[in-house]
Amino acid sequence: MPPKFIGGIFFTNFMDLLIFKAPILMVQASMDGILLGILFALIAYGMALQWGVMNIINIAQGELVIMGGYVAYFMYVIGIHPAFGVIVSPIIMYFVGVGLYKLVINKVVDRDLFISILATFGISILTQQLMNFIFGADVVVAQSNFGTTMLFDNSVTLPNSKIFSALVSVIVAIVLVIYMKKSKLGRAIRATAQNSRAAKILGVDTEKVYAATFGINAALCGVAGSLIAITFTLHPYVGLPYTVRSFMIVIVAGLGNLPGVAISGMGLGVFEEFADYLLGTEFRIGAVFLLLVLILVYRRFKLSRKREYLK
Amino acid sequence: MKKILLYSVLLLFGLVAPFLFPAFKLQISFLWILIILAMTWDVQGGQMGYNTFGNILFFGIGMYLCAGIQIGMFFPLAEWTVSGGEKTFVHTPTQYFQGFIVGLVAAGIIPAIVAGLIGYGILGLRGHYFAICTLALGIAAGEIAGGIELIGAGQGMTSPPWPKNIGDTELRSEFFYYICFVLMIATFVFLRWAYTTRFGLVLNAIRDNEDKAEAMGIYTMRYKIIGWVVSAFFVGMAGGLMGNMVGYIEPTEVAFAGPTFGVFMILMAILGGKGTLWGPVIGATVFHLFKEGFWTFFLGWQYVALGVLIVVIVVFFPEGIMGWLREKYPEKFGEVIDEADRKAQVELK
Repeated sequence: MPPKFIGGIFFTNFMDLLIFKAPILMVQASMDGILLGILFALIAYGMALQWGVMNIINIAQGELVIMGGYVAYFMYVIGIHPAFGVIVSPIIMYFVGVGLYKLVINKVVDRDLFISILATFGISILTQQLMNFIFGADVVVAQSNFGTTMLFDNSVTLPNSKIFSALVSVIVAIVLVIYMKKSKLGRAIRATAQNSRAAKILGVDTEKVYAATFGINAALCGVAGSLIAITFTLHPYVGLPYTVRSFMIVIVAGLGNLPGVAISGMGLGVFEEFADYLLGTEFRIGAVFLLLVLILVYRRFKLSRKREYLK
Repeated sequence: MKKILLYSVLLLFGLVAPFLFPAFKLQISFLWILIILAMTWDVQGGQMGYNTFGNILFFGIGMYLCAGIQIGMFFPLAEWTVSGGEKTFVHTPTQYFQGFIVGLVAAGIIPAIVAGLIGYGILGLRGHYFAICTLALGIAAGEIAGGIELIGAGQGMTSPPWPKNIGDTELRSEFFYYICFVLMIATFVFLRWAYTTRFGLVLNAIRDNEDKAEAMGIYTMRYKIIGWVVSAFFVGMAGGLMGNMVGYIEPTEVAFAGPTFGVFMILMAILGGKGTLWGPVIGATVFHLFKEGFWTFFLGWQYVALGVLIVVIVVFFPEGIMGWLREKYPEKFGEVIDEADRKAQVELK
């Protein structure tokens, strides 16, 4: 029996990876990671949107994702193909988001960021528990029966559901970008993000814009959640890692930088898959959280040379 | 004079409470632990303006360390965690107390060292970056602890049971009650003294304007680290005590319990009024009374109630009880109010 401590696991897996399975696993992990990362990028785009426009950080982002996923799962349970959740889930989640804005978020928009963090943390605990009551604490998955694609002489397997989810994410992102550029609401949102006071003076109903922004963010989470429901697993308590991932992607890419968000999302996905293979699945979430700490500390040291700080 | 009377009444209450309310001994011990958590959170969150979610890290480290040392000093730790070792290995009373003392001291000192080591990196972040970074740190610690076999991985481990031949469970809860009480008093007295020194002034200067404080020639990083080290020391010891009192250590629910104790400490400090000496104490007491009084009525809906409570307190009552009192009776806080000016202020509102 191999030694059961963290270093041992790392070493044996690492040697295994390096010697026997290297090329295949590298390709497999990278492909998995990229397809996963596109999904993360979609969630992160929603977070960047609300952060840029409303200046709040939403800890409940991950819970919105899981909630959207449960919509797709519910459809699967009553006999509709869960892939249609991509259409239904954002519509429901939009109204959930607007409702949440009217109830709580509108009271934290203009205040200290920490208040928004703590308030949304409260919402996150609340929704976790509600989902636990409604759907139970079991790990569930909505079977899509899409089959798998084999690449490179059957050595690399890609579930079609992952490819489907990546394609849908790209399409949604493109539609959203065009919408933000061309539509009236999109222009109002961008104007509010630049200067909410000036936008208000020039006749933009910022309250409505905020509500719509939060709704669009929730709808994006709904799309991402329903895709997660068919590609991965759902559980009421796994929301927070999605929040942290999207926060990480946003701080690496910066607000309002869509290509950056996409690339850093994919990078995060690849990192996670490799961490999964190298350290073992039980350290996967821990690695994500530690990566965030390391990125922040790295940036802090980089900035402190210029006597600046992250703000 | 009035103050001395107040303090001695409270002290006396704490000393005789286990005999006045024998049924609530354990609950009151938990209250002392919660007060320690709230007061030490307030060093960062209230006095220094650094809203941390990460003090739970030291709580968990202290908890694991104390139990680990208590066991590891006399028996192989790996066998204990794998096979329910509390059945095969039995601590003699001497071993138990030796292990407890060493474990508790280590549970204070090592988290403090950890805080000192990571402090330089992490306390350089500000505002929400600091908040999220510490949130991630606490959860990462829980996830990693849940993957280490030596300390029981996801199943957790039991802390050593009370030695049977020296007394019943009553004696056990009295013993832990007084240790918790002494630790709480020590924390309170230490912080009360520390806030009157230059250290306390610097913390407040950092909260009000860190750039200015630095420009005045204060090396703020040193004070921030010292503040975190102090917090980590007391929180770690509280964690060690908590692990022994609960008797069972689980990585994400008990030790690195972000959604419970990690949020409780913030909530209690805000409820009582952050940035004041008495605020966290009052907040913790009110919160604990509310929690114990009404928790049973929610029956499974506790976390829903907790979520609502967080939102309500943070959104509608951010200045806390002390802040509200201060607004209502400013004279009691030594503030001189010009009546005419106050009236003008009210009219302006």
